[in-house]
Amino acid sequence: MNIVGNNLADRLVLAAVIALAIVWVAPLMWVFALSFKPNEFLTQRTDVIFSGPFTLKNYIDIIGTSAVFRWIVNSIIVALSQTLAMLVLASLAGYGFARTEFPGKNVLFVLVLAGLAVPEQAIIVPLHLMFADLEMHNTYTALILPRLAMPFGVYLMTQYFKAIPRDIEEAALLDNASRLKIFFRVILPLSIPAQATLGIFTFLHAWNDYLWPLISASKPEMYTLTLGLASTQSNFGQSEGIGYLMSQAVFAGLPVFILYLFFQKYIIAAVSGTTVK
Amino acid sequence: MKAVADHGHGRVHGARWSNALFIAPFLAVYLALLVAPLVRGMWTSLQDLDMLSQTSEFVGLKNFADLWGDEIFMGSVRNTFCFVLMSTPVFVVLGLALALALNRPGRTGAVLRAIFFGSSVLSVTIVTLVWKLVLMPHHGLLANLANAAGLPGFSPLTSEAWALPTIAAVTVWWIIGLPMMLFLAALQQVPGEVYEAAALDNSSRWRTLVHITLPAIRRTVVLVAVIEVILQFQVFGQAQLLTQGGPNNSSRPVVQFIYESGFTHWTLGNAAAASQVLLGIMLVAMALQMWVSGRKEAF
Repeated sequence: MNIVGNNLADRLVLAAVIALAIVWVAPLMWVFALSFKPNEFLTQRTDVIFSGPFTLKNYIDIIGTSAVFRWIVNSIIVALSQTLAMLVLASLAGYGFARTEFPGKNVLFVLVLAGLAVPEQAIIVPLHLMFADLEMHNTYTALILPRLAMPFGVYLMTQYFKAIPRDIEEAALLDNASRLKIFFRVILPLSIPAQATLGIFTFLHAWNDYLWPLISASKPEMYTLTLGLASTQSNFGQSEGIGYLMSQAVFAGLPVFILYLFFQKYIIAAVSGTTVK
Repeated sequence: MKAVADHGHGRVHGARWSNALFIAPFLAVYLALLVAPLVRGMWTSLQDLDMLSQTSEFVGLKNFADLWGDEIFMGSVRNTFCFVLMSTPVFVVLGLALALALNRPGRTGAVLRAIFFGSSVLSVTIVTLVWKLVLMPHHGLLANLANAAGLPGFSPLTSEAWALPTIAAVTVWWIIGLPMMLFLAALQQVPGEVYEAAALDNSSRWRTLVHITLPAIRRTVVLVAVIEVILQFQVFGQAQLLTQGGPNNSSRPVVQFIYESGFTHWTLGNAAAASQVLLGIMLVAMALQMWVSGRKEAF
């Protein structure tokens, strides 16, 4: 089914893409390889990969001395809570907009859609002031809540629920089931693909979020992993040494990367929107 | 049509106040944490609000006038536009090129797709840490390669001319996977028959691309360009972590200006005003999007 062309051109294109792919992975491979070398060696040479001294000391140092485990736990708490809360809020609201009638619905839907145009960067100053007024900075609540106001999820779920055939609901309605019952028994199970899309999006976004944690969490014990790693970059390459920094990048990046390899199919489907159509 | 169906089952389909309860939880969060901050931000942008000197008074549009005369702010607006102009075309062209090359069945294609997409699951702090190491002046991977090739070493992150293009290049390395995947999804929607017809016609590869493939996926090309423009206008972490906006303010984007004037200088009125400017720019970008997507129906 591919474009039919001559074989030579096909091979040249493939060779070029493979070369580019090598350029793409080279930085990661280099950092990974050197993370197993002693700091003292790396101050002399960083161009020896396969030979020379090897050590696990950099990783042992991370486990022993840094707050990285605390940051990982914080990231898991924040990302999971945000994802679950987002799925609940967006599913309920999406169903309400797509399948029920109530006074003022259309006005409210337009009001919510207008929020799609507001980038979160544009409201960080007032958000900071509001959480400061409530003395809620450096709490999980402050890290979790603001992103839940972003209307993308509601928009996604509304579109999805609208596409589910009405007949499926009619049967349940004739059975005298309540709205809420229909939502949980009939509609929610049908929307699992959309839930997966929104869930993956929300989780990745929360895990990788940098700006809001940077503003809200000022105590190191409330840092997320993304923010914590940034805080160790400020004294770049001076105190702990290059090898330590490299092992930190691997330590923080590898779990996400392995998760990605496991859930690749779903993540790619979520990103390219194929489950939504 | 819908109204008729609603009458048929008026008991449940009819307008009822209780149905609004489905919306209520989200609406509460939305009003409290998006609408209220938006309004408060506009109000704050009209105040001289300084957290360090604890002052707060209404000053009208003074903050905006100050921004207009602030070389660092105007520079950050220029930098942001330059950054968008450098990165977006690469996202569209390279993303499309990769998608065309990797739209093939089999293992090789799958592995290559995974490689180009994989880096986008890493957080901005890991990406910038890796690239700071790669670009280290004497011991970085790039310095090693230059050394091996007999070229003089150079340090792009401390060069006024190269800092911003380097941040753009790192951004492309980071998230080229998103446009590539959007293009791949679009290519797979193109029916195979049109290609078979082109093959019978003995069309060249280039002609097939220009006359069949591109017209078939033009919506996605527009969509990717719009998504990238909107996303790249919000650039922050890469710049802050790779160069701190330097050297000599040559790579500071608007969001970093907002962050610094708000949370390192604590002049929140000023930061709120800069946020309104960013919001304005984004609204214009979105209006353009609507205009383009309205027009493309007519293509």
